[in-house]
Amino acid sequence: MEPIEIEKVQQLLQGYCNKDVYIHLETTNGAYASHFDDKAYNVGAYIRNAKVKFSQAKIIGDGKTYRAGLKLELGWIYAEGLTEWTLHNGSQLLLAGHDREGRLMVALHISETPLGHEYAASDSVAAE
Amino acid sequence: MEKHVVVIFPHPDDESFGAAGTITAFREQGVPVTYLCGTLGEMGRNMGSPPFANRETLPVIRKEELINACEKLDINLRMLGYRDKTMEFEDKREVANHLKRHLDELQPSLVITHFPEHAVHPDHNAMGAAAIEAIRLMEPENRPVVWAHAITNNYIEELGQPDIHNDVSPYFEQKMEAVLAHKSQASGILGKFQESASLSADVMEAAKERLGVEQFYVWKFSK
Repeated sequence: MEPIEIEKVQQLLQGYCNKDVYIHLETTNGAYASHFDDKAYNVGAYIRNAKVKFSQAKIIGDGKTYRAGLKLELGWIYAEGLTEWTLHNGSQLLLAGHDREGRLMVALHISETPLGHEYAASDSVAAE
Repeated sequence: MEKHVVVIFPHPDDESFGAAGTITAFREQGVPVTYLCGTLGEMGRNMGSPPFANRETLPVIRKEELINACEKLDINLRMLGYRDKTMEFEDKREVANHLKRHLDELQPSLVITHFPEHAVHPDHNAMGAAAIEAIRLMEPENRPVVWAHAITNNYIEELGQPDIHNDVSPYFEQKMEAVLAHKSQASGILGKFQESASLSADVMEAAKERLGVEQFYVWKFSK
């Protein structure tokens, strides 16, 4: 992934407006937060392949971290703390925020086709 | 001597951090070992700095790392196809039946898994509980022995001393090779050990202290 280029990402966001799109939205501080620090809380939220349509999309930030907001017919989706972006498989916009050790803190993906779910398949055998 | 050892954990790298030394000892005796790995660790947080992975590419990377680690450990691998961080929301009986189909086929004499409620990560707890349920469903005389791995901060207080205490320092090099095969996660996790051990500046020394012993509780089934 690359550091967010605001004009480029804004232009891509625009391209998904008024279309049915699939969203991945996630934030987490990891499953071990309160294991390594008993004063910490474990928090996280995760939505994958939610199908939505938004009429407006904006990315705003200060050159280091960014917020992206999508306006739905009856509500909103937003993500805060975004730092990197990439275009995955040519057409899936992935936005993510990482901490200074490179751990993912927040992710927002937008795609016109369902995001990969091929791994939720059944058994596969390797190296046998 | 064991006939066949089956290791049941949810994530690529659980086998290496938790049991690689024990596994290596079994392999040196010629005992076959099979790893039933629940997920591909799709929700792992370590993405590299600068990031070399993203949420969509991580499963592919971790699958490769898992296959490499299992080659290094010289063990069979079966991937069960669940999704990281969702194991506890699956139907426990269904997962247990899924595991039981594999166990009925493999007929292990020993199963290594997580100790439910003492394995910190919700996937660990759920996978351990499903594994134990799978074995509970077997006829008592056909049940393999179960070694359960506990990692909470208070497990000794709550459970007493583990029954099995394996000093795996003779296999430490092989263990670290397996751990380091999980490239995307290893540096982040070893860094964490170093931080919490707070003694040594040398990561390998800190790792040896934390990873040089593998301990398990022998699960007691009430008929």
